[in-house]
Amino acid sequence: MSTLSISLYQRRRIINALAITLACAAALFGLLFLGWILWTLLAKGITHFNLALLTQDQPPPMEAGGLRNAIIGSVLMCGMGVLVGAPLGIAAGTWLAEVGGHSRLGTVVRFVNDILMSAPSIVLGLFVYAAFVMNTGGKFSAIAGALSLAFIVLPVVVRTTDEMLRLVPIQMREAALSLGVPQWKVTMQVLYRSALPGIVTGILLALARIAGETAPLLFTAFGNEFFSLKITGAMSAVPLVMYKFAGSGFENWEHLAWAGALLITLFVLAISLIARFLLLRNRASHD
Amino acid sequence: MNHAPFVAAQALPDATSPAPPLKISARNLNFWYDKFHAVKDIHLDIPEKHVTALIGPSGCGKSTLLRVFNRIYALYPKLEAKGEVLLDGENILDPAYPMNRLRSKVGMVFQKPVPFPMTIFENVAYGIRHHERLNKADMDTRVEQALRQAALWDEVKDKLKDSGLSLSGGQQQRLCIARAVALKPDVLLLDEPTSALDPISTSRIEQLVEELKQDFTIMIVTHNMQQAARVSDYTAFMYMGDLIEHGATGQIFSNPVKQQTEDYITGRFG
Repeated sequence: MSTLSISLYQRRRIINALAITLACAAALFGLLFLGWILWTLLAKGITHFNLALLTQDQPPPMEAGGLRNAIIGSVLMCGMGVLVGAPLGIAAGTWLAEVGGHSRLGTVVRFVNDILMSAPSIVLGLFVYAAFVMNTGGKFSAIAGALSLAFIVLPVVVRTTDEMLRLVPIQMREAALSLGVPQWKVTMQVLYRSALPGIVTGILLALARIAGETAPLLFTAFGNEFFSLKITGAMSAVPLVMYKFAGSGFENWEHLAWAGALLITLFVLAISLIARFLLLRNRASHD
Repeated sequence: MNHAPFVAAQALPDATSPAPPLKISARNLNFWYDKFHAVKDIHLDIPEKHVTALIGPSGCGKSTLLRVFNRIYALYPKLEAKGEVLLDGENILDPAYPMNRLRSKVGMVFQKPVPFPMTIFENVAYGIRHHERLNKADMDTRVEQALRQAALWDEVKDKLKDSGLSLSGGQQQRLCIARAVALKPDVLLLDEPTSALDPISTSRIEQLVEELKQDFTIMIVTHNMQQAARVSDYTAFMYMGDLIEHGATGQIFSNPVKQQTEDYITGRFG
């Protein structure tokens, strides 16, 4: 090697080392905060993370209790939100991918769906308040809460269904159609099967998102200090209780808020892991 | 453009035997992708239970032509075929010709093997279920028969419940062939069926084509001229949407009538 190329090589080595150091530092910086958040959650939430959290309802200030009413409320409203939003989203996404996606209307629908997806959740809550709560006698209800959550689920599921169906190789459609099978059957029996892991992943991620939503529930489900299964009445939810308890100044309420935060975080983590597993399996089977 | 002469009779393996009966005849066939004229006024006769290869450079219209024969092109907007394609004397381009019947008479295998995301058994049974009601035993027989015809039975008979996606590329393509022959079609359209496969899998498929022509009329589109020479009885050479020459494979490859055909098969262009 000539002197010139040696010095060039040295320079590249130094730049390389510098770049790697900077990249690692940036990654560590990000991870540091994530670790900090998780550590704080764990440290503060774990003290009240016990069986009473699941079996007792939210207490008055200074008394012992749990979050049973809020957990049940969250499960009910998230469940209803997914039950309403997911089928509608799958239907609309299927229409986009298989029927009208290339038409002008399809382009408009896709665009509007993207807007809905990025709409602030409090706006969706206000919309349901104005369009539903106000028109049912101003009564807060779990149905209204579930409805506003469904508006968050809907665009996510539309988008993933659309994308997952369009990922299915065009030859698979042609192969199924060339057996004489009509298009609707091909979609239901072949394409859905191929896109299913992706669609389920989309639904799970939407569920993870609404599990932590507070804003859309404020003017719809409102919250309820007592245990209630009545979906036409006000209902509690974990994020709503956290919102109320976290800054209350009562020690036991603040502990419960942390425990609730930990619970939601663990739930979201579990769902993300399941979604990731499903996606990985899907990718393996497509290769 | 003069219509290519069909010189089958003079070049049959046994020149004294009569020309085989025709299965498909294209008459004045034109095809447009919106405004692009991809197939230009073609006349083409496909003899029954023989292999006809369509060759030509990329974009010459050979795949387009193949896709007319089962009207799979109708899946897309702005595509249009005009003229006649007679299958057993009936015009399949007539909108009144039932799609269901056409697709059960004309099967198709594509370039990329695409098993459905189901078990091996279900992959083969799927098409049958749509057209016929069979009891379990009959269905088992039909599936086995199709897998045997596709020379896949021995490799999969112990794992019919496995996913079709678990097979190797060459096996997947034979599964797609089994899926097509399971409907007992008259015609098989093969659109570059080996271009995604390794040489060993390719030669399996070529062997298979040889066997399948006992039962089916086969049309194969291929980029590989050796393959056309090996597997086909007749060859049609297309260029820029025109059918340049069509005849017995031996004659096309050893003694082509048209200069363009000779240039293509000797590798001077394409």
